Amino acid sequence: MIHSLFLINASGDIFLEKHWKSVVSRSVCDYFFEAQERATEPENVPPVIPTPHHYLISVLRHRIYFVAVIQSEVPPLFVIEFLHRVVDTFQDYFGVCTEAAIKDNVVVVYELLEEMLDNGFPLATESNILKELIKPPTILRTMVNTITGSTNVGEQLPTGQLSVVPWRRTGVKYTNNEAYFDVVEEIDAIIDKSGSTITAEIQGVIDACVKLTGMPDLTLSFMNPRLLDDVSFHPCVRFKRWEAERILSFIPPDGNFRLLSYHVSSQNLVAIPVYVKHNITFREGSSQGRFDLTLGPKQTMGKAVESVLVSSQLPRGVLNANLNPSQGTYTFDPVTKLLTWDVGKINPQKLPSLKGTMNLQAGASKPDENPTINIQFKIQQMAISGTQLHTHPHTLQLQSQSSSSQLTTA
Amino acid sequence: MSSSSAFNEEKGGSSSVGEPEYGHDPASGGIFSSDYKRHDDLKEMLDSNKDSLKLEAMKRIVAMIARGKNASDLFPAVVKNVACKNIEVKKLVYVYLVRYAEEQQDLALLSISTFQRGLKDPNQLIRASALRVLSSIRVTIIVPIMMLAIKEAASDMSPYVRKTAAHAIPKLYSLDPEQKDQLIEVIEKLLADKTTLVAGSVVMAFEEVCPERIDLIHKNYRKLCNLLIDVEEWGQVVIINMLTRYARTQFLNPNINESLLEEGGGGEKTFYGSDEDEDEDEEEKEKKAEAAAMAKRKPYVMDPDHRLLLRNTKPLLQSRNAAVVMAVAQLYFHLAPKAEVGVIAKALVRLLRSHSEVQYVVLQNVATMTIKRRGMFEPYLKSFYIRSTDPTQIKILKLEVLTNLANETNISTILREFQTYIKSMDKDFVAATIQAIGRCATNIGEVRDTCLNGLVQLLSNRDELVVAESVVVIKKLLQMQPEKHSDIIKHMAKLTDNIQVPMARASILWLIGEYCEHVPKIAPDVLRKMAKSFTNEEDIVKLQILNLAAKLYLTNSKQTKLLTQYVLNLAKYDQNYDIRDRARFIRQLIVPTEKSGALSKYAKKLFLALKPAPVLESPFKDRDHFQLGSLSHLLNAKAGGYQELPDWPESAPDPSVRNVEVPEWTKCSSREKRKEKKVEKPFYSDSEGESGPTESADSESDSASGSESGSGSEGSGSASESEESGEVSVSEEEEGEEEEKKTKKRELKKAVQESESEQSSEEEDRKHERKMKQRKSDSESESDEEEESESESSQSESDDSESEAEVRKKKKAAESKPPSKPVKKETKKEKKEMSLLDLDDFEPAPSPQVTPVNNLLSNSLVTDLEGLSLSEAVLSPATIAPSSALKSYELLHRITGEGLSVEYCFSRQPFSPDANMVAVQMQFTNSSTSDTKNLHMEDVKLQSGMRVKDFPEIESLPAGETATAVMGIDFCDSTQAANFQLCTHTRKFFVSIQPPVGELMRPVFLTENEFKKEQGQLMGMNEITEKLTLDAKCRNEHTIVQRVTTAANLSRVPCGSDRECSLSNVPVKCSLNVSLLVTSRVTIYRSTRSSGLGLAIQVLERVILRSLGTAGQKCTITKGKKPD
Repeated sequence: MIHSLFLINASGDIFLEKHWKSVVSRSVCDYFFEAQERATEPENVPPVIPTPHHYLISVLRHRIYFVAVIQSEVPPLFVIEFLHRVVDTFQDYFGVCTEAAIKDNVVVVYELLEEMLDNGFPLATESNILKELIKPPTILRTMVNTITGSTNVGEQLPTGQLSVVPWRRTGVKYTNNEAYFDVVEEIDAIIDKSGSTITAEIQGVIDACVKLTGMPDLTLSFMNPRLLDDVSFHPCVRFKRWEAERILSFIPPDGNFRLLSYHVSSQNLVAIPVYVKHNITFREGSSQGRFDLTLGPKQTMGKAVESVLVSSQLPRGVLNANLNPSQGTYTFDPVTKLLTWDVGKINPQKLPSLKGTMNLQAGASKPDENPTINIQFKIQQMAISGTQLHTHPHTLQLQSQSSSSQLTTA
Repeated sequence: MSSSSAFNEEKGGSSSVGEPEYGHDPASGGIFSSDYKRHDDLKEMLDSNKDSLKLEAMKRIVAMIARGKNASDLFPAVVKNVACKNIEVKKLVYVYLVRYAEEQQDLALLSISTFQRGLKDPNQLIRASALRVLSSIRVTIIVPIMMLAIKEAASDMSPYVRKTAAHAIPKLYSLDPEQKDQLIEVIEKLLADKTTLVAGSVVMAFEEVCPERIDLIHKNYRKLCNLLIDVEEWGQVVIINMLTRYARTQFLNPNINESLLEEGGGGEKTFYGSDEDEDEDEEEKEKKAEAAAMAKRKPYVMDPDHRLLLRNTKPLLQSRNAAVVMAVAQLYFHLAPKAEVGVIAKALVRLLRSHSEVQYVVLQNVATMTIKRRGMFEPYLKSFYIRSTDPTQIKILKLEVLTNLANETNISTILREFQTYIKSMDKDFVAATIQAIGRCATNIGEVRDTCLNGLVQLLSNRDELVVAESVVVIKKLLQMQPEKHSDIIKHMAKLTDNIQVPMARASILWLIGEYCEHVPKIAPDVLRKMAKSFTNEEDIVKLQILNLAAKLYLTNSKQTKLLTQYVLNLAKYDQNYDIRDRARFIRQLIVPTEKSGALSKYAKKLFLALKPAPVLESPFKDRDHFQLGSLSHLLNAKAGGYQELPDWPESAPDPSVRNVEVPEWTKCSSREKRKEKKVEKPFYSDSEGESGPTESADSESDSASGSESGSGSEGSGSASESEESGEVSVSEEEEGEEEEKKTKKRELKKAVQESESEQSSEEEDRKHERKMKQRKSDSESESDEEEESESESSQSESDDSESEAEVRKKKKAAESKPPSKPVKKETKKEKKEMSLLDLDDFEPAPSPQVTPVNNLLSNSLVTDLEGLSLSEAVLSPATIAPSSALKSYELLHRITGEGLSVEYCFSRQPFSPDANMVAVQMQFTNSSTSDTKNLHMEDVKLQSGMRVKDFPEIESLPAGETATAVMGIDFCDSTQAANFQLCTHTRKFFVSIQPPVGELMRPVFLTENEFKKEQGQLMGMNEITEKLTLDAKCRNEHTIVQRVTTAANLSRVPCGSDRECSLSNVPVKCSLNVSLLVTSRVTIYRSTRSSGLGLAIQVLERVILRSLGTAGQKCTITKGKKPD
C-alpha cells in the first residue's frame, strides 16, 4: 500500500515528507520532476509514474502535488482517492490547503497523516473521527494552548471508530437543533457555433449541514426521484431503502457533509439558461479583427444570472485586444492570449456586451480557428433539473432550504 | 536531497546547511539546521519537568522530520519521554520512535516495556495504540514479542484491537518473512471474525501475506459477501478485488456459451475490405454451431454463491468512493454474465465528472472495456466528448474511447466531432485526432473515402504539424487500396516542396516509391528535387530518398540511372553510418556488376514486394489480460506483487467447501441432505446450495409478474430488461432482506449490529402491516401456493431442477424426525408470506385495467384495417393487436401518493381531439381510507414544441375505487418527459411521463405496393439490415410480428408472400419501414435524419432488434452482409 508521501509545491520543492514504512529517500522524486519537465502544463503530469523500484502516484490540488510512493500492486484509484481525501481533510481543518497553511500546521498535519494511515492502509478517514482525535486549530484554541500548555490532541480517545456508525461521533448535543440542505446543480454543456447544444448534462449534489442531538435517523424524499439518473451516496445512506422506495434514510454525520451527488442524464434535454451572441471575425490582409460578444438570459424562471465570467483563448496571432465592455471588466493576457471578462450580473433589460477590435501580428496570415468561449455563472434559488426535496415533518424539521446552480459552458 | 538546498534558500536564508547560527532564537527557523550542537536546547527542553516545554520541543522535532531533516541524534533524549503522561507528547514521541527506531535499534529496545504494559491496559484504545506502535518499530530482535502480542490481540474482546492486530500482521511479515506460517494461523482466525471492522483489514493482511491460500476463504466467502456493504470503503476495495480472484477459481464462466462466439466476433473487424470474409463467415458459423451444441450438452447454471457476490456488490456502484466503484466495475467485467455487465457503464461515466486523476484512470479502464464490450458504452457516447478545458492526457484518452466506440451508425457524428477537434490549439491533441480519424477509416469501410477526402483537405491546412500528421495517416490508408488514389499521391508529391516535417516527407517519398508505376511521370522529378536537397535532409528522409531511388532504378532505369548513381554517391560519404550502410547495400543489389551474386536477380522482388497494409490498432487492445483497475493494467506491465487473474476452471470445484458449520441442528440436517443429493446427482447441487430457498422465491416472484402482465416469457423478459420497473427492484430488495434473515439465522451467535437491527425493526413494522392484510387473504394464499408450484415446474429447466430439489427436500422433511417439522413449517410459512406480499403489495399492474383498452384497440384496428384492405383477409386481428404488449408504467406510487396510485399506459389509440398527440390512458386507484376529490392536472412544464391535452377532471374518487381517464400529449417526436402536477383537493404531486421511443410512432396503413415503393426510395444509407438467429420458439411469423409490435407502435402491411411480412409506420416527420423476412432477416428503412429524431430512430432500431433478440434465449445478433 502507500509507502510514503511527498508534498511538492509549484516551484518544485519538497516541503513535507511522511513515511509509513521504512524510509524512502526523497531522491525518488527526481523521476517525478523529470515527468513534470516533459509535461507542458502542470495538469499534464501523468498521475502514475513507474520508476525502477517504486511507483509514484500523484494528484495536483491547489497547485501542490501530493506524491505517494508505492512499492507493489495496488489499485491506482485507491491511492488517488485517498490522496484527495487527505486534501479534503486539510481543507476541512485549515480552511485552505496551501503550502503556507500546511507549513504553519505541520504538527497537526503530521498527526493527521499518522492517524489516517497505518502501515500504508487507511485507518480513519472520516472527518468526525479525526476531529475527535485531533481538534482542528482555531485562533482561540491556539492562544489558549500557548498559555495553558494544553494540546490539540483529544483527551479522550474516540469511540466512533468502534461503533457501527463510524461516521458519527457519539454524545453530540445542541441546544438549537437544525439541519440545512443545499442543492447545488451544475450544468456542463458544449454548444456549437450556431448555438445548438452538442451535449449537456446536469450534475447535482446535496450538501448537508446537520446539527442534531443524539443519534438522529432522518429520511428525505424527492418530489420526483425518477429525474435522477444516477446517484452516489455518502456511506450513511441506506442503499436498500433507496432501491425500494426512493427514499433517503440515514443517520447523518455531525456537521457538514455531502449527502449525495446525482446525475441527470443528457437524454432529457437541458435548457441552457443563458445564450451568447458572438461575432469574431478576422479579415484577410488586414491586421485587425472584430470582436463582438453579447450575453443574455434564457429560461431562468425570473431568477437573476449572477457571477458571470467569460473566458476565451484567442488565436495565437492576436497581439492585443482593444475592447469596450458595457459592464464589468475585462483583461487580456498577451502572453497566454487568454481573454477574461468578469461580467457580474446580467440585467435582462440591458444586455452586457463586449465589443471592439483585436490587433493582429503584422504580416501574419488570418487565424482560421474560432476561439472557444467558456462561460461560468450562478443562479441562486433554482435547480435546473427541477429536483425538489420533500420534507417529512415527523422525522425532521427543515429549517431552510436554499439552492444554487452553477453552469460551465465550454 | 536534490532540492534541499533550494528549500533552504526558499526559507528566506534564515539558515543554511552546515553553517550553524549559535545563540539564535530557538523559535525561529534556525533550528532546522542539521548541526548537532544546535539540538542541545531541544535536549534541555525534553529533559525538563514541564509538559509544555517538552511539547514544544517535540513539535519542533516533528517539524524537522516532516521536512526531511535528520534528528536521529536526539533519540536518547526523546525515548525517555515515551512514558510521558501528556497524550500529545506521547503521540509525538511515537511518531519519532517509529521514524528512527530502525537506525537506533538498541536504544529503541528501552521503550518496548512501556508498550508491553500498554498491551495489558483495560482500555481497548490504549491496547490498540500500543500494539500499533510496537508493530511499527522495525527492529528484528522484538519479532517474538510482536508475534506474541499479535496472537493475543487477535483474540481480544474488542474488535478494534483485533483490527489493529490484522494491521500488524503485514508489518511483522515484512520484517521477518519466516513468521509466515504462524501469521497465516492468525489470519485464518481473524478471517472467521464476524465484525465489519475487522473484515477489511484482515483481507488486506491476507493479500499481503498469503494471497495464494485461497482455501482460507472458502468458509468465509458468504460471510464476506454479506458483510461487504457495511465494511468501510477502503476495506471494500480490497475485499472486492480479492473476491474477484476467488470467484475466478471457484465458479464456471457465465459466458461459456458466448465466449466462443466472441472470438468469432473479433474477426468481424477485419471483415471489411478483406477478401476472406466468406471463409471466416463459415468458420464463425461452425463455431456457433459448436457453441450451440455445447450449450445443449451442458446448460450453464450459475452457482448461487456466484450470484450472491454479484448481487451484494451491485449497490456499491453507488458509492461515493471512486475506488470502490472501479472495484465493483472490474468485478462485473470479469465475473458477470455478459447481459449484466452493462450496469457498470453508468457508474463509470459518473466518475468522469470527478478529479482529472480519477478521470485518467477510469478512462484507461473504459478504453480497455470498449474494445471487448463496445455496446456497453455506446449510449454514453456524448459523455466522452472532449471539453476545451480538459488536460491533454485526458483528451487523448477520450479520443481513444471515442474511436473504439465508432461504428457504422455513429461514425458520422463522431467524425463531425473530430472535425471540431482538428481546429484545437493543442497540437498534440490535433495530431492524435488525425490518427484517430485514420483508425476509424480502417475499421469502418463505409467511411474510408470520406475520411480520406477529409484528410486530403487537411493537406492544405496552414499548420504544418496538421499536414504532416495527415500525410502519415494518409500513407497508411492509401496502402490499402493504392490503385484508386493516384491523384492523391500526385497531390502529395507536390507537397514535398513545402512540408518540412521529416516524418511527413519520408512518408510521401515512401508512397511515391512504392506506387511509382501509378505516377510514372512525377516520380523521377521528385527524385531529382530530392537529390538536390539530399545533404540537407534529416536521416529518416535520406533513407527514404535512397529507397525511392532504388525503386525507380528498378522500374524506370532509363530516366533515373544517373540520378540514382548520384544519390548513392552522396550517401556513400554521409556522416551517418546507417545511411552509408544502406547505400552500399542498395548499390550491391541493384547495380549489376560482374561480382554481384544471385541476389541482384531478385532485386525487384525484394524492393517491390507487395507489402501488407498496416493494421491500425488500439494500444489498449490486449490489456484486458490484466485485472482491470489494477496498477499493472494502467502501466501495461506487471507490477510487483500483482496477482494474476486466473482463468475460469473447466469444471467447478466442489461448492460445498463454502458451507459453514453452524451449531444449529436443523441446518446440519439440511446440509447432510444436500451431501446425499450430491452423491446422487452432483449437477443439481450447483443450482441449489444454501440459498436455495431464496432462489426459488426469486423465480416465484418472477413467474408471478410474468403471468400478471400476460404472456409469460414476454413479461419476465421485459421486466428483467428495464431496470426502472419497480417490481424488479422490489423483489431484489426482498431477496436481500431474506438473505439477511438467513444469515442471521445461520449465525445466531453473531452480535447483532445496530444498523441491521434497525433495518430489521423497520422490517418488523412492515411485516405487521402485511400480516393484517394477510389474514384477509389467508385462504387465497393456499391456492396461490399451489398454483405457483405448478407454474414453477412448467418453467424453464433451471427452475425445474430447483423445484425438483424442493420436492425432494419436502420428502426428506417428511421422513426426518418429528422435531424438525415445526421448524420446516415455519420457514415455509415465511416463504409463503414473502410471495404473498409480492403479489398483493408490490404488483402495481392489476390486470383488469389493461383489458378494456386492448379490446378497444384491437377492435378499432381491425375496423381500420378492414376499411383499408378488405381483400386481404389473411390477417387475423391477433397478429396486429399487440394485446399482450401494452405495458403500464407507474406515475405515482401508492406511498408517495399517500394512498393514491396512478398508472399509465400508451393505449395506441388515435387521440381524437388532436391527431398529433399520443393517447395516454391513466388509471387512478384510491387505496387510502378517504375519498379523493377534484383530481386534475395543472402546472404543465414542457419542452418547447410539446403540447398536452388535459384529461377531464375527476370529481371524486371514493376509497378503494379506480377510475380511468385519457390524456393526450404531443411529444414533438422527442423522448422528453412531460412534467406536470397532479392535484387532488388536498395535495399536489409532481409527476412526469416519458414515452418510450416506440410509442411516439403512429402506424400508417400501406398496401404492399405502396410499401415496396416507399421502400425503394429508402435504400443505401437509410437501410439497416441485421441478421438474427432466432431460436425455434420465435421462428414463426406471428411471434415475430408480435414482438416487434410490442416494442414499437407499428402496423403490419398485408402482403402475399407468407415468408415475408412488413411493418410500416409514419410518424410526423419521418418514416420508418421495417420489413421482416421470417427466415431471419430484418431490414429497417428510415428516412434521412432530422435532427432530434435521428437519435430516436436509432434507439428504436435497437429496441426492435432487441425485442427479437432477447426473446429467444440463445439468440444472437450478428451483423453481416445482407444475405442474398
